Order: sequence, then structure tokens, then C-alpha cells
Amino acid sequence: MKLTLHVWRQKSTSQKGAFETHVMDSVSPDMSFLEMLDELNQALITNGKEPVAFDHDCREGICGSCGVVINGRPHGPQRATTACQLHMRSYQDGQEIWVEPWRASAFPVVKDLMVDRTSFDRIIQSGGFISVRTGSAPDANEIPVPKVDADKAFDAAACIGCGACVAACPNASAMLFTAAKVSHMGLLPQGQPEREQRVLSMVSTMDEEGFGSCTNHKECQEACPKEISIDYISRMNRDYVCASKNKG
Amino acid sequence: MELNSKIPSGPIQDKWDSHKFNLKLINPANKRKYQVIVVGSGLAGASAAATLAELGYDVKCFCFQDSPRRAHSIAAQGGINAAKNYQNDGDSIYRLFYDTVKGGDFRSREANVYRLAQISVNIIDQAAAQGVPFAREYGGMLANRSFGGAQVSRTFYARGQTGQQLLLGAYSALSRMIAAGKVKMYPRTEMLDLVMVDGKARGIVTRDLTTGKIESHAGHAVVMATGGYSTVFYLSTNAMGCNVTANWRAHRKGAAFANPCYTQIHPTCIPVSGDHQSKLTLMSESLRNDGRIWVPKKKGDTRAAKDIPENERDYYLERLYPSFGNLAPRDLASRRAKDMCDLGQGVGATGLGVYLDFSDAMKRDGEATISEKYGNLFDMYERITGENPYRQPMRIFPAPHYTMGGLWVDYNLMSTIPGLHVLGEANFSDHGANRLGASALMQGLADGYFVIPYTIGDYLAREELKDVSPSDSEFIETEKQVRQKIDRLLSIDGTRTVDSFHRELGRIMWNHCGMARTDKGLKEALVKIPELRDEFWNNVRVLGEGSDLNQSLEKAGRVADFLEFAELMCHDALTRAESCGGHFREEHQTEDGEAKRNDEEYSHVSAWEFTGVGSTPKLHKENLEFENVKLATRSYK
Amino acid sequence: MNQAQSFPRSSIGKKFLMAITGLMLLGFVLGHMIGNLKAFQGAEKFDAYALFLKEVGKPVLGKGDFLWMARLGLLAAVGIHIFCAVSLTLQNRKARPVGYKKTAREASTYASRTMLWGGIILALYVIYHILHLTTGHAHHDFGSSVYGNMVAGFKQWPVSLAYVIAQIALGMHLFHGFWSAFRTLGANNPNRDKKLRAIAVFLAVAITAGYLSIPVSVMAGIIQ
Ligand SMILES: Cc1cc2nc3c(=O)[nH]c(=O)nc-3n(C[C@H](O)[C@H](O)[C@H](O)COP(=O)(O)OP(=O)(O)OC[C@H]3O[C@@H](n4cnc5c(N)ncnc54)[C@H](O)[C@@H]3O)c2cc1C
Ligand code: HEM
Ligand code: HEM
Ligand code: SF4
Ligand code: F3S
Ligand code: FES
Repeated sequence: MKLTLHVWRQKSTSQKGAFETHVMDSVSPDMSFLEMLDELNQALITNGKEPVAFDHDCREGICGSCGVVINGRPHGPQRATTACQLHMRSYQDGQEIWVEPWRASAFPVVKDLMVDRTSFDRIIQSGGFISVRTGSAPDANEIPVPKVDADKAFDAAACIGCGACVAACPNASAMLFTAAKVSHMGLLPQGQPEREQRVLSMVSTMDEEGFGSCTNHKECQEACPKEISIDYISRMNRDYVCASKNKG
Repeated sequence: MELNSKIPSGPIQDKWDSHKFNLKLINPANKRKYQVIVVGSGLAGASAAATLAELGYDVKCFCFQDSPRRAHSIAAQGGINAAKNYQNDGDSIYRLFYDTVKGGDFRSREANVYRLAQISVNIIDQAAAQGVPFAREYGGMLANRSFGGAQVSRTFYARGQTGQQLLLGAYSALSRMIAAGKVKMYPRTEMLDLVMVDGKARGIVTRDLTTGKIESHAGHAVVMATGGYSTVFYLSTNAMGCNVTANWRAHRKGAAFANPCYTQIHPTCIPVSGDHQSKLTLMSESLRNDGRIWVPKKKGDTRAAKDIPENERDYYLERLYPSFGNLAPRDLASRRAKDMCDLGQGVGATGLGVYLDFSDAMKRDGEATISEKYGNLFDMYERITGENPYRQPMRIFPAPHYTMGGLWVDYNLMSTIPGLHVLGEANFSDHGANRLGASALMQGLADGYFVIPYTIGDYLAREELKDVSPSDSEFIETEKQVRQKIDRLLSIDGTRTVDSFHRELGRIMWNHCGMARTDKGLKEALVKIPELRDEFWNNVRVLGEGSDLNQSLEKAGRVADFLEFAELMCHDALTRAESCGGHFREEHQTEDGEAKRNDEEYSHVSAWEFTGVGSTPKLHKENLEFENVKLATRSYK
Repeated sequence: MNQAQSFPRSSIGKKFLMAITGLMLLGFVLGHMIGNLKAFQGAEKFDAYALFLKEVGKPVLGKGDFLWMARLGLLAAVGIHIFCAVSLTLQNRKARPVGYKKTAREASTYASRTMLWGGIILALYVIYHILHLTTGHAHHDFGSSVYGNMVAGFKQWPVSLAYVIAQIALGMHLFHGFWSAFRTLGANNPNRDKKLRAIAVFLAVAITAGYLSIPVSVMAGIIQ
């Protein structure tokens, strides 16, 4: 099929960017979206133009590296699918496609479609762990975890840290990501001792990093490739308020 | 080059304990004076960096992804083994040890494997305490499944995302240490060379992938946990960034490379659909518990699967291995699939595929049950192929998946370069010629959490290490070489893209050093690879600058190293004139097509010494002694 | 800084305050709406009700005391609500300085995206409304009968139109706000979500319709 591609090009964080238009004549419906970008890059290099930079690694929807906004939708139109797993059969011959990077001041553009998501790492560093020294753990079955809780914790833990929630949120809020992390540990018995400190620290880092707040728009849940529910946001709000009360 | 495996004496059960006791310790207050460089933040690297920092060492950790959490370990699906015997089904440390040695086709070191089995139980405890949400039973206890044909249920799993959850556990431990200021993390930073001072590994040269800055880092020891090199085949189940660069650079500096030809081809991957393809997707092995594998009996049969009557189908695994059937080990299942396609019975547009059919299972258990078990995998399959596996059988084909070979290490996980330690998939250690399912995660974490923290202290305590700094001549000189290579890549300005070279190399390797190898084919590859390498250095086109984010340049450096490394792989495969595990030489097979091992001549580790690009590497052998497990033919008939 | 000080500075803390004050305001709007429906019972009943409001709390409190207390409470709530709304909006704007070329909204609603504008319309409306019916500064023919002022006011179509616009804005604000507040407070859970959504719709429709009925009835001559 034939596609018209408008791709965001930006040399570096400090420089201004703009869209660049390319027409692709023979896109196979069996290609993934990133393979289509690969093909574009091969053509660009052959014509002596610098290829488009974009993040990717596993191409299996699990590492969370990839992520572009395609016609206004983070990771494109298919539900629960990352850009690397999105296939071109989701598009029609002759279609026009706009490809943009995640837009948020906490995710500055590094180059072209690549953004800097280390703010997520700093949120985790501020409390997204259970402090356990290597070697000091009791036998794993000494801490029984009811299956329901384990499953709920898992649903939250499935987050791949891709940042699509931030990209989709009209407020560029990182509440879904942070809530997923806070809830994963807060739902497990192992996570209880640090539960209050964890939520307070992580929320405060989230704010400092320059993310927006949550108006409960729900766009994040819609864009999340792992279908993390905004119920975890509600849960984090509750945790935060309780922790504030107890530590106030 | 001397290969001293430093295996402790004494009965196998006591080796590790007594060794630990004999290792020298460093006073807690002194640990912070030692700088340890950890390259890699996968399971092995992250667990090592976190644990070393907890102990008090001053750690720097590097990875090329934008976050340590994205290391390739994240993609592991199936599970992790541990000899917990929670199921009371007769498992034990000894049985896990035995299965692993046998599964590795008797090409691994007994002592290492035994230690791995011992440590496996601690890993599960550690991970559970970190909050890894392993599958649970209703009573709250951990659940297990049997995996990869094991006869006991010892695999712990977290849905189909075990690697992700374990890595997030290690990453959270690492994050805690970063916050505490004990680890300095360098994401988007690639190690491009190893720096040697007085014959010891004392630092690395890196490139900041965002700014292009070349920089040196000095330390008292270097730990490399840089993963496997399956991407030498271009198409594999590995992540796009997986590479051999760190290993190869260390090899060029004197680290022996062991068993490079041992590669694992995974039987259940989604087949290639066209030339545009960049990677192959693994479908969990667990699918073989319910799916039946078959091909049409007639060659070139183009009828749709449902139109082929039962008596015109060949359920070849069930036919060939009546007792294991569709659950035959990976190497056998892969090879048989290739045989069927070679015979012209393959399915799909390319003829490179076999059916994995769930219709019987759905008839037996109902579509809902199957969907509950494998729904996410079915969805993934449909997303990628556009075909609905509930309506028509899946098509699968083998793909390169894991590399058992790696840098040679002794019992302390130190390479032949003093001070250079190698962990995880990057070393050669524990899997022999074939890796059993669910044991790579186990090994990476064992190395990082529970082995290196003990053994590195011994090295540091024994050695008199003088102070070094990045301004020393050795560092400056290595940096210069790194810069020269980059400048050279940028100045060629030929006509072919890096990817096209990688693709071509991959094809050579798949055809000649893939699932089945022959003397003739390997020799052919040894002619083709240097030719391709020459062309690469004369005709590759890398645009842009070195002082900028430049993904083509990153790839070019990796492909350049693959082009040297591929030759070593073929040499190794050529020299090992036997079939074992992931290495199958067509000349060495039984009448019914099974692997024929040659224990007399090849019961050794092949450790190669670098002698220059294009020159034949030098082989050193570490003999393998089997005192506890009797050498036997691996039979699954 | 201890947590008591950090709380109102955090985004979740501010949202929490917005939700609490928003629900208080909802309480007022609901009560006010029910009271206003007495307009259908004629001038006497309505004026009596207006007087009653001024005299609640007697004899413990003096005339108008309760009213002033309620007014102060409301004023504080509105103040906090607006302060947080502005502060969070600024934070959100700063969080995305560059927008997308293409946007595709999937789950958010028109109401959720226009909370700020709805709020601003309401704020302006309340000022106008007080000048109109409480102080009379914006009334062409202000007298002592609250009922009379109201009917005279609504007879002019531009006034009625302003009210209608404000009521619709109010309905939308509540449609999202009520449901959202429970999420903000962490009082939502998967079992309650549907019910809360339904209540939000009901409240929004009922309150809007209740208020609208008055200017509409005046215009239509049902209330005279
Ligand atoms: C699809 C798939 C499924 C699998 N499923 C299972 C399973 O179910 N069970 C199981 O046991 N095993 C499984 N495996 C195997 C297992 O996942 C890997 O062997 C293991 O995770 C490797 O871990 P590692 O820490 O050694 O390396 P990796 O996780 O690959 O980490 C390598 C690290 O090194 C860094 N790095 C590499 N080169 C450089 C450089 N030059 N400079 C700086 N940093 C560098 C990377 O950034 C990364 O952080 C699977 C593998 C695949 C591909
Ligand atoms: C007077 C001017 C007002 C302004 C400027 C205003 C503004 C806003 C804004 C911007 C929000 C969304 C905040 C966010 O989620 O980020 C909001 C929420 C809300 N408002 Fe208002 N509002 C006003 C009046 C009112 C009134 C009169 C009511 C009650 C009837 C009300 C009830 C609510 C409720 C319940 C919420 C939901 C809070 C939450 O999501 O947690 N608001 N308001
Ligand atoms: C048709 C709709 C409405 C009618 C007929 C109406 C009528 C009145 C009247 C008659 C008064 C004056 C009472 C007095 O001075 O004794 C009043 C006061 C007031 N109304 Fe309304 N109102 C309407 C809608 C609203 C709405 C939607 C709001 C809020 C969002 C609102 C908020 C107020 C406030 C804050 C006062 C002042 C209370 C005081 O301080 O005494 N009204 N209203
Ligand atoms: S919550 Fe979902 S969208 Fe957000 S980072 Fe995690 S996986 Fe991505
Ligand atoms: S879209 Fe944004 S507003 Fe909240 S519910 Fe999701 S973070
Ligand atoms: S590349 Fe890993 S999730 Fe897309």
C-alpha cells in the first residue's frame, strides 16, 4: 500500500523541530509499524539523508522502549498494543499518518521521536522498591499471599514503563504509571512496612518531575498497552491521603 | 593462556560452602574504597550491581537502553526453575543438577551446575521478598508448573512475564541503591572497549549514546553481564540491541571465548513473513502442552489446514518420539521441524513453517479453557500474523534464541583476564551444549545475587591493585582506538546500509552455522564472512556525526564486531566434529537422525584465544570430568 | 516540611481539597435548587422561605447570623476550590508546553475537558447572580420581594439566557465532577463505579432541569 507519512524531526532537545513528509510506495500489511519506519530509514540513508531516530528494543511489547504518537494516539489505534506490535494492516492504502514523539515537559525530546523518560526511573528510585537485602529473605512460602491479592498486584506490576499514559493524558500526568507501581507493592504483604513512606515519596517526586495532575480523563487507561486500570489511581489517592493523615 | 577452572576439591555437595569459607573477606569499612564497574543491567547485571552496592562497594552500572529496566531479560516468558520441591513430587537439588547436566548434553561443568541448583532456592526467596508477583495457589502458596519436558514441577512463573517481573525486582533493588548514592547509573551508555593495566582489567571506555561523548571509567574490577549474541543471525527472538561487542572487545584483549558455536534454536516462534522482518517472536513453549504439531504428508500441499483430512497429516513428533511427543526437547523439536520443511512438507506462503494445532484440545477441553490458558498468546499471534488461531492452526518455525557460549570463566566467574568477571548469558558457564527451559533466568540471578558478591571480594583482597585513573596512558590509548574506529566507520561513506550487511551476515550464519551444520557449509561460511567484512569496511554508509545521537553508528559498531565474531563461531563449529545439544553436525548423526556425541574426543570446553582479525584463533581445552553424573546418551524416544 | 504542610502542596492534596469543596458546593447547589422550586408555589411561600433562611438558628443565633456563617463557609469553599483549580491547571499547562499536531480523544468526555471553562462560567455567573438577585446592583427593577425580583428578572430574555447557559455549564461540571470527586477521594472502586456514574448523570440532569425550569417557566408564563 501507499502511505503519506509526516514524521516529527528534531535534531536535539534544545533545537526546534518540524514535520517532514515522506511518501512510502510499497508498505506491506504484514510489517509492524516500526518495520515500516526501518524501511523508511533504509530509503533515507540510501538517499544520503539522516535516518529517523526512535527508541525500540524487544519489539515484543514488553521492554517499553518504543512509543510514538500515531495520528494522535499513543502506540496507534489498536487496543492493548505497543507500536512495535502494531501492524500495518491497521491502515489503509492512501492513508496519511502523523507520527509524533510523546509530548511532556518531563519527557524532553532527545532526538526526532525519542524522548528522555528517566523521570520515571527517578520516581522509582524515590520509593518503588521493597527494602530487602540480598540473602536476608525468609523462605518464600513463609509469606503467603492470597491469590486475589497476588493477581491484583500483578495487574499493576504488568506496567512496562512506556510512558504512553503520560503521552495520552491531556494533563501529561504520570498518575497511572505511579499508581501502578505504588499499588503493585502496596497490595502485597511484603510491601506493607514501607507502604506509607513509599506513596508519599513517589507522589512528591512525580510532582517535582513536572508531570501534570489527574482530572480523571481516563485517556491513560485507553492508551495503556497493558490495560492498567485507573482504579489504581483511585487506590493511590486513598493511600496518599491515609499516609498523609498518619504521618501528618 | 592457562585455563584454571579453580573448582574446589571435596564432595560436590560441599564444594560451594567450603569455597565460600576459604574466600578472603574485605573489611566492611574498606569496601567503599573499591570501585566496581558493572556493564549490563539485565538480571545478571542489575542483581550484581545492587548486591555489590549493598555490601558497600562503590559501583558504576552501564546499559545501552534508556533505563536499566529495559534490558533484554525483560522478555523472558516461561519461568524460572528452583529445586524447592514445594510440590513434593520428588524434586531435589540433586535432581535439578542431574537434569541440567543431562539437558546440557554433558558439556557443562558439574561443580558449577551443582552450585546453580543449590542457589536456585535462595533466588525464589529473594525475589518473593522483593515483591515479585509469582503465580499463587488459592491458599497463598507459590504455584509451580512443569516446563520444557521436566518430570517434576519446579518452574516458578509470573503469568507469561516471568523475566519482566524478575527484572523489575532486580531493578527495584538497583534503584534503591542508586537513590542511596551507592550506584551511579549510566543509561544510554555503551561500553566500546576494555582497558587493561598491567595485564588486569581496570576500566572501560564508553560512548554516551546521546551526546556521543567518549569517556573512560576506571575501577578495581570489571563485571560484564552483557547478555547473549543470538542477533548474529540478524533474525532471532532477541531484542534488537543485543550484541557481542562487550564480549568481543574483551576477547580481543585476551579473554578466552568458550564454546561460541553452542546456540539454541527455539522451536515455537512465529515464522518469517517477508524481507522486511526485523525480528522473530517467540511463542511460549507452554503451547506445546496442548497443541499438536503436524505437517501435510504430501509435499507442497497448498490446501487450507482444515481441508487436509486426518489421514493425510503427519504428526511427526508424536510419530518419532512416542513417549515425549510434542513435548520433545527444544533442540529435537527444532531440528525435526526443519527436516519436514527441507522435505518440502512445510506450510505457509514461504514453506518454512509447521502447524501447531489446538483443534483437538479445544474439542476436548472447550474453547474457553484453551482461551483461559493461552488467550494472551493467541491474541499476540493474531496481532502479528492477522490469522485467528482459534479458527486455523498456528504456524510456527524455529528461531535462534539463546547462546550457551560466552566468555570462559572459572568457578569464581572470572575470565582469563584477571579482574574481568562475566555473568549471565554473557559467560559460557552452566548450560553446556543446550539450555533447558527456565534455567537462564536462574543462572543470571544466581551469578548476580549469590556468586559474584562472594568471589569478587576474594579477588580484590588478594590482589595488590595500584591506583589508576582515566588520565593514565592505557586509558588514553584505548580511547584513541575507539575514536579511530568511529571515525573510520563515518568516513567510508559507501553505498550499503548497516542493516543490509547485518541481514546478509545473518543469512550466512543461519544457512551454514544454524540448526544443522556441515563441514562443507562451515568452510564456505569461513570464506564468505571475511569477504562480507571487507565489503563492509569499504562500502558501508553511516551518515551523521559521532558527536551526536546516531543510531546507525551504534549499529555499525555492533555489526563490525559480529563480522569478526561470526568467523570464530564457524571455527568452533567446524572443530567440534560431533553433535551435541544445540550443535548438530550432519556428519555426526545416528541412522534415525539423532545427534551423535563423541565423548572420547570432545568432552571438553573449547576456549578460544584471539590471534588477530582474519587469523585462525587458538584453541585451548578445559577437560570436563563427570564424577557424579554418568555420561549417557540423551534419549527421548 | 512535614506531611501536613506538604499535603496541600501536592497534586493529589490539591485535588483532594477540590473534591471536598466541590462536594460541599454540590450540597449547596442541590439545596438551593430545591428551595428555588418553591417558586412554583407562588410568591408568598417563596418569600416566606427566603425569610426563613435569614431566621434559621433563632433564637440561639441572631437574624442573618446563620446565613452569614453559611456564606462564609461557602466563600471559603469556593475560594479553595478556585485556588486549587487554577494552581492545578497551571501545573497541567506547564506539563505539556507543546501540544500534538493531531489529537484523538477516546475516553475523556467533553465535560471532563472543559472543567475549567465550566468553572469560570460558574464563577462569573455567581458574581452576576449575586449582583442580580441578592444586592440588586445588576437588576433593572429591584424591590423587596425576592419572588418579584426573580420574576421581573427572568422576564427579560437576555437574563434568562445567561441563567440557562450557566445551568448547562453547571450540569456538565457536575456530570464529570461528581464521579471524579469519588475517584479523587479514593472512594471509588470497581463495584461502585457504575453506580457513581449513574448518580452523577442523575444529579447533573436533575439539578440542571430543576434550575432551568424556573427561568423557562417565567418566560413561558407559567410562573408570573
Ligand atoms: C523471548 C525470550 C524468552 C525467554 N524466556 C526464558 C524463560 O522463560 N526462562 C529462562 O530461564 N530464560 C528465558 N530466556 C533467556 C533469558 O531471558 C536470558 O538468557 C537472560 O535474561 C539473560 O540475562 P542477562 O542479564 O545475562 O543479559 P540481558 O538481560 O541481555 O542484559 C544485557 C545487559 O547488558 C547491557 N549491554 C549489552 N551490551 C552492552 C554494551 N556494549 N555496553 C553497555 N551495556 C551493554 C544491556 O543494556 C543490558 O542491560 C528467554 C529469552 C528470550 C529471548
Ligand atoms: C466557581 C468556580 C469554579 C471553578 C473555577 C471550578 C473549577 C473546577 C475545575 C477546573 C475542576 C477540575 C479540577 C481537576 O480535576 O483538575 C473542578 C472540579 C470539580 N468541581 Fe468545580 N469549579 C467551580 C465551581 C464549582 C461548583 C459551583 C461546584 C459544585 C456545584 C463544583 C464542583 C466540582 C466538583 C465536584 C469537582 C470534581 C473534583 C474532582 O475531580 O475531584 N465546582 N472544578
Ligand atoms: C434558576 C436558578 C436560580 C435561581 C432562581 C436562584 C435564585 C436565587 C435567589 C432568589 C437568591 C437570593 C436570595 C436572597 O437574597 O434572599 C439567590 C442567591 C444565591 N444564589 Fe441563586 N438561584 C439560581 C441559581 C443559582 C446557581 C446555579 C448558583 C450556584 C452555582 C446560585 C448561587 C447563589 C448564591 C451563592 C447566592 C447568594 C446566597 C447569599 O449569599 O445569600 N444560584 N439565588
Ligand atoms: S501505565 Fe501503561 S501506559 Fe503507563 S507506563 Fe505503564 S504500561 Fe505504559
Ligand atoms: S488520562 Fe490523565 S487525567 Fe488522570 S485518569 Fe489518566 S491521568
Ligand atoms: S520495542 Fe519493546 S515494547 Fe516495543
